[in-house]
Amino acid sequence: MPALLPRFTIDQPSTLAEASDLLRGFGDDGRAYAGGTELLLAMKYAGLRYGHLVDLKTIPGLDGIVEASEGLRIGALATHRGVERSRLVRERFPALAQMEALVANPRVRASGTLGGNLCFAEPHSDPATLLLCLDAQIATSHRELPLSEFLIGPYEVALEEGELVQAVLIPWLPAGWRAHYRKVQFHERPMLGLALAIGDGQVRVATGSACPTPRRSASAEALLAAGHVDDAADALADEAELIDDFEGSAEYKRHLIHVELGRAWEATVASPVAAG
Amino acid sequence: MIWHSSVNGRDFDLDIQPSETLADVLRNRLRLTGTKVSCDVQVCGACTVLVDGLPVSACTYLAYEARDRQVLTIEGLATLGGELHPLQQAFIEENAFQCAFCTPGIIMAAKSLLDDQPNASRAEIVAYMEGNLCRCTGYKPILAAIQRAQQGLA
Repeated sequence: MPALLPRFTIDQPSTLAEASDLLRGFGDDGRAYAGGTELLLAMKYAGLRYGHLVDLKTIPGLDGIVEASEGLRIGALATHRGVERSRLVRERFPALAQMEALVANPRVRASGTLGGNLCFAEPHSDPATLLLCLDAQIATSHRELPLSEFLIGPYEVALEEGELVQAVLIPWLPAGWRAHYRKVQFHERPMLGLALAIGDGQVRVATGSACPTPRRSASAEALLAAGHVDDAADALADEAELIDDFEGSAEYKRHLIHVELGRAWEATVASPVAAG
Repeated sequence: MIWHSSVNGRDFDLDIQPSETLADVLRNRLRLTGTKVSCDVQVCGACTVLVDGLPVSACTYLAYEARDRQVLTIEGLATLGGELHPLQQAFIEENAFQCAFCTPGIIMAAKSLLDDQPNASRAEIVAYMEGNLCRCTGYKPILAAIQRAQQGLA
């Protein structure tokens, strides 16, 4: 039998300020609602209960993908499908379009939003890992902060009560930089995500899904910049707090980090055509 | 809430709970039981229906989201005169089902793909259909049926 959702009301604010006020008023009994692809699942099967969902999709203008002077600005409510298909994203951040094209399945991509994905901070997920290597910033209702500071832990982000994510800002990659994302997935969610961005003799690398929270590794980046791919894979695995779970053992994930980092390195350094 | 929506071309005004899923409304209120619920966690695709042409998992998608929009389910594919959609016809001709529990969702997913990319390559069809699981027929006849339907739709 399908599980029933606990009953709730849905509020339809027309501005971000109104949504913030509603959420502050509801306190622990309210939650921002965007695509619902994570939230509704957790409400059906993980015991999350809220009496009030605040639908952010009734606020106009939160799903646009536009060029800003410093980079690309992706509205928090842009769907995975919207990001995947955006001409701007495909031209300027092909690795991002490619990553989005492989998120979950076409149904989740049609409803799920990039902002919702980041706010939910599900560990087994793709976008944050690549966005860390793109130096993404999170624009909330009252501040901007780096994605690395926004992500605190599994299902935990640095949002205060009533604070809402407005957009993801991705600075333009300087000319000659390339980015690349790879994942290993056997079941419905990724077991390992690995992102790489390279240019000007510098390297950014991050892992996700195999660890509680996607993270970059400064020591792996320094080793990669010096061309030590194997040592970098070890550093990456050491710092990632790899977890044993039903997707596989930490030891297996360490092995896969070696394999996938090698492939990502090859794709990014050796064949620019295949890279983002 | 009063839910106004078009389902398979027919307009409905229903008094529903905001917490009802689209599958709840389709199956329990409108008796459109062609939409199946299997995994209930939007992984298997059995409950795939189209909302304004895009595929959604009706099991985990609030009916609320389909307000003032066009919903298409497997029951809405054949013509009023009973002529099957080329995808339905192709599934019969290729024997692309056995227990058939996954079939409505698979056909709706395939429709969303072919509406968008009528000339999708074999590889593109496989990649897109990865989100729909079948546990008995095997995927070869399903793939063959979708490719056959491409010719029928051309």
